[in-house]
Amino acid sequence: MNSADFFDLATLAIHAGAQPDPTTGARATPIYWSTAFQFQDSDHAAALFNMEQAGHVYSRISNPTNAVLEERISALEQGVGAIATASGQAALHLAIATVCSAGSHIVASRALYGGSHNLLHFTMRRFGIETTFVDPHDLSAWKNAIRPNTRLLFGETLGNPGLDVLDVPSLAQIARDSRCLLMVDSTFTTPWLIRPITMGANLVYHSATKFLCGHGTAMAGLLVDGGNFDYLGAERYPELTEPYAGFHNMVFAEESTVAPLLLRARREGLRDFGACLSPMNAFAVLQGIETLPLRMEKHVKNALEIAHFLEAQPLVKKVSYPGLESHRDYALAQRLLPLGCGAVFSFELATDRAGGIRFVEALKVFSHLANVGDVRSLIIHPASTTHFRMDAEALAAAGIGGGTLRLSIGLESPQDLIDDLLRGLSAVVKK
Amino acid sequence: MSYFYTGGRAHVVGQPTLVFIHGAQHDHSVWILQSRYFAHHGFNVIAIDLPGHGRSFAPLQESVETMAQAVLALLDELAVDSATLVGHSMGSLIALELAGLMPNRTNSLALLGTSAPMKVSDALLALIARDEARAMEQINQWSHSTLAQKPGNPGPGFSTYIQNIRLMQRQKSGVLLTDFSACNNYQKGLARAQEFAKPCLIIQGQHDQMTPVKAAKKLQAAFAHPAQLEIIENSGHAVMSERPDAVLSVLNRWLQSSVVSSLSK
Repeated sequence: MNSADFFDLATLAIHAGAQPDPTTGARATPIYWSTAFQFQDSDHAAALFNMEQAGHVYSRISNPTNAVLEERISALEQGVGAIATASGQAALHLAIATVCSAGSHIVASRALYGGSHNLLHFTMRRFGIETTFVDPHDLSAWKNAIRPNTRLLFGETLGNPGLDVLDVPSLAQIARDSRCLLMVDSTFTTPWLIRPITMGANLVYHSATKFLCGHGTAMAGLLVDGGNFDYLGAERYPELTEPYAGFHNMVFAEESTVAPLLLRARREGLRDFGACLSPMNAFAVLQGIETLPLRMEKHVKNALEIAHFLEAQPLVKKVSYPGLESHRDYALAQRLLPLGCGAVFSFELATDRAGGIRFVEALKVFSHLANVGDVRSLIIHPASTTHFRMDAEALAAAGIGGGTLRLSIGLESPQDLIDDLLRGLSAVVKK
Repeated sequence: MSYFYTGGRAHVVGQPTLVFIHGAQHDHSVWILQSRYFAHHGFNVIAIDLPGHGRSFAPLQESVETMAQAVLALLDELAVDSATLVGHSMGSLIALELAGLMPNRTNSLALLGTSAPMKVSDALLALIARDEARAMEQINQWSHSTLAQKPGNPGPGFSTYIQNIRLMQRQKSGVLLTDFSACNNYQKGLARAQEFAKPCLIIQGQHDQMTPVKAAKKLQAAFAHPAQLEIIENSGHAVMSERPDAVLSVLNRWLQSSVVSSLSK
């Protein structure tokens, strides 16, 4: 039994948020593919619009299928609630746009997914929200970067591209001391490997497109609120503690003591930015989550086996996987990620850009594409794809070599995956 | 005391007043899906944070009697000359006691998740004293009928279960033991019920483990003036969050028939 639930994660992954459909008895969660929901009468309509009663009005704001997904991820992450979004990027943007305004400041780990880095470094800056990037390992750098207008500390449980392990408990303490929110991207880890809210993080988000959906089918994002932050005491979140003219002068922290952020994110963020999730995709993610425990166990087991295999190859210079003793965060990973370090990691071949291309093109089981967290094993060669415009010098500055490859280990037979990688290794040698 | 929530609306002179009193280890926000509705449907709403709870900086009160006196002081300060008192769990005992303190100013009583006496087992009191965090988990579990949100509860994307534990965790250390001891020690409930001569509604969750339906029926029988009992199906003790619309609907119907009709006479 865990802190606030009485079922294990494996049970919650299947049951949380869902009950047989009250109308038809359908046991699986139905796809409520309807843009709008009929009011009982005009008083009911007015009460729903004014947040006097809870209910569904329009699927941009909420939808019954999405609500099951939101409640399920809340149970898994120990959050008071969640909001499903069109993608992981939409979830990140929704969080930032809800707790920050022009003039706000964010402190973020330097080891971020490129898309998140773009959003923070370029796009949000254009709207007056500035980000300071710090070395995720350097706790004093985090502390020193915090200013009176800092609203958010942000990092990934496993940072990109070197899989730096985020010291969530220590950062949570820094965030508490500074009265700032700590938000964690747990896409690579999922609640099966780590539950950041139980370690003191305030917000967690996922690109549910990855392991939660798990089959490389649906785009989705999830923003989960831990409900463990005191906005009144922090005195730096007027968006939640002062009247909001855009919704009848509602003071969100007065309406809900524990979940004002979610109220505003739904009533403003989904309403105005509109990055809602299709209920079809919500269904795909729900179905994925039902087998999450089984899949993650296998993903992690395969990943560790492949990482060990690669590390033993003479052609491989480096494998960046915190499950290996050679990784700088091995000890931290043992403590925070006892069930494993996910299934996405990079390795470095002793070769040039052309050699990297030969490796990728020789593979038959791994798919060469720009995604991770699929049942299928995936590979990408940054030097010829995401970073192909960079010359050798710029690549080196970004920590990427011609022989850098990123893998997402799937659920195939590990021996078949190893044989496939051997094919790639031979191709590198044979010019 | 000082903090109370008005349902997002300023008070209007001449409207009937509803006073919402939360239970142990809670604050005004447990009424979110009832109080705002009434504030926009012809009532003045006062959803208080009891002394030492939520946003109240006033010292914690150790008995139901002194908690009722604190609410009375607030109503005096606000010059509320009459009100319907709505209380949940420990708040229902406070409402009952307060009705005894201001019989002429109490129009009617709505008691949710109630029983009198509200005995707390020695084992639970000992657990609270020994391990507050663990006790909260136990109480949260006993307060809900299932883990999942009811399909009939359309509150989109919220976990009622985890919201409740987070709200409990937010109260200051020591509040839980004080509140539960106050419930356990309050002995005047049945006598107060006997002397109350106006409409009373009891709303009880079908699967309430904290204050079972059987115990509520005993309290119902004590009222000299017949009290109405409404059982909310598929709900535990956390009846306002597990079945918000059902509670709202029962409360609304009863208020329209008892309070609004009597005012218009």
